[in-house]
Amino acid sequence: MGILEVNNVSKRFGGLKALDNVNLNVMENTVHAIIGPNGAGKSTLLNCLIGKLMPDTGSVMFDGQSVLGRKPHEINQMGISRVFQTPEIFGDLTVFENVMIPIFAKRDGAFALHAFSRVLNDADIVMRTEAMLEDVDMQDKRHANAASLSRGDKRRLEMAMCLSQQPKLLLLDEPTAGMARADTNNTIDLLKEIKASRDITMCIIEHDMHVVFSLAERITVLAQGTPLVEDTPENIKGHPKVREAYLGEAQV
Amino acid sequence: MLGLTKRDTALFAIVVAMVVFAPFILNPFPAASPMAQFNAGYPDLMQRFLIFGIFAIGFNILFGLTGYLSFGHAAFLGTGSYAGVWMFKLLSMNVLPAIVIAVVVAGLFSVLIGYISLRRSGIYFSILTLAFAQMSYALAYSVLTPITNGETGLQLSLNDPRILDGAAAADGSLPVPNFFGIEMRSSTELYFGGWEFTLNAGYYLCAVFMIAAFYVSIRIFRSPFGMMLRAVKSNQQRMNYTGLNSRPYTLAAFVISGMFAGLAGGLLVAMDPLAGAERMQWTRSGEVVLMTILGGMGTLIGPVLGAGLIKYLENILSKINDSILHQWFSLFPDGLSDFLVFIVHPFIGKGWNLTLGLVFMLVVIFLPGGLVQGGQKIAALFRRRKPDQPVSVKHPAE
Repeated sequence: MGILEVNNVSKRFGGLKALDNVNLNVMENTVHAIIGPNGAGKSTLLNCLIGKLMPDTGSVMFDGQSVLGRKPHEINQMGISRVFQTPEIFGDLTVFENVMIPIFAKRDGAFALHAFSRVLNDADIVMRTEAMLEDVDMQDKRHANAASLSRGDKRRLEMAMCLSQQPKLLLLDEPTAGMARADTNNTIDLLKEIKASRDITMCIIEHDMHVVFSLAERITVLAQGTPLVEDTPENIKGHPKVREAYLGEAQV
Repeated sequence: MLGLTKRDTALFAIVVAMVVFAPFILNPFPAASPMAQFNAGYPDLMQRFLIFGIFAIGFNILFGLTGYLSFGHAAFLGTGSYAGVWMFKLLSMNVLPAIVIAVVVAGLFSVLIGYISLRRSGIYFSILTLAFAQMSYALAYSVLTPITNGETGLQLSLNDPRILDGAAAADGSLPVPNFFGIEMRSSTELYFGGWEFTLNAGYYLCAVFMIAAFYVSIRIFRSPFGMMLRAVKSNQQRMNYTGLNSRPYTLAAFVISGMFAGLAGGLLVAMDPLAGAERMQWTRSGEVVLMTILGGMGTLIGPVLGAGLIKYLENILSKINDSILHQWFSLFPDGLSDFLVFIVHPFIGKGWNLTLGLVFMLVVIFLPGGLVQGGQKIAALFRRRKPDQPVSVKHPAE
């Protein structure tokens, strides 16, 4: 049994069948990549997992519970965090505050009215924030406005925000999109480090085959809304159907 | 001190000192001098500085922190006023129950309006709140006449029950609002040479509430709740995907600011026990938006400064008339003096709104951060003269 089970999920947008009977099983503590050409339905699938979209049919079970029909914040509270294609951070807030907020959310739930205590007097939160910033090596930028960070640092910060919640499942939507090679390699190293240091399941959507084959333990290939194959990276590389549908047009 | 950082304590102390000594600070010109018309140290105006300061402080908690621009906050000001007058009519002329009930009723009303309006954000939220406020205005003006006394406005009468302290004062006239016997309108006059200062009981009651409101605002700004409200403004999508439900946060901010508006409405009637429907009109809602932006939205002290500036312009400029202008320009030859009066005329008296508009345009164009940003720029100028001092990093909430 996997930690995330997607069964027979379909989603239509008007006449377009974005997802057609998708089945996906993500095993606990693995890095699972979903690849496929543009328009294959990767992002639609991800949006169905986090409550942004409601599939027309099928079920999505996380940790034994259905996520369908739940609000995004409820799904996050179940233990799913998401890294977006363009980093979604609190641009007007400092790096330190950006990391504090998810920790507050994890500890106090979806709403807590602490209107009279001082933020920095919460020793528990401050300590955990410090530790998280140290983990991603951003202590020196703690007072910087998040919007002023470089693209790579924004990505790093967003991952720190997600990881600070100790999610059971981390969803990554093209974490290296638009990055220079050096930044991409840094991100790969960061993700490897994260995986090695804790129990976490990751589900990555990625275009860059270099990233996919350096990280993934299982790969699902999606084409035109249906999964073609699911296998280990070694087998995917040689799979004729995959070559035809996808890898033929990109270099491995 | 008081659970505040050093910086905040200093700011708080300055505000307290300014409020306590305002009757002196705002009367810098001797009573007999021609400049005396620029004195703002009379009770009526000073009370308004504080009351609208409270209104703007509350509005800033919603608008400055969450970015939700409500165009209907006058509805809560009006509700608070009506509730306050009803307390005077039914219960007692003591201002305390009137103010408390004003806050409670405005709070409940804002739960209702906030719950519905906050389902939308951006311009749709603004329009919804505007619609609700105009509805409240129209209702107060016509349909709800039994409660609001329509056009005339709700006022005290000798037939009111006033179950705690009787309908009329000892001499048979209408009783006046008091705080456990201290009449709100009672004043002590002080004379120093040519200077006249008025210390008014009502003003100092407002001062207590305004200082408390300012303190609450500092605490909220520095609390986890305040941080979450800034997160709403910054990136609501990230907030939701971080496991936080933004709806109750925005509703709480809306209700808090509604209660501040109710407090302001209650204080208005405590100073002058009369409530009219025009207090709910959209121009009032717009005024508080102007105050907040003019002073500096999202800053602690900004809304208070903005409220002060607008009320000062409103009261001082509108008193200046053509004959005063002729006096000012009497030094110039006749033709030139007439010409100058002709030029300045549209900006004074009833035209004070024009001056406000110009000031507002200048501030928005050159100081988008409001008067507070202006102050920071001046402070930075002075700091630059001493090269060994580091230029301070702009604090996000100041």
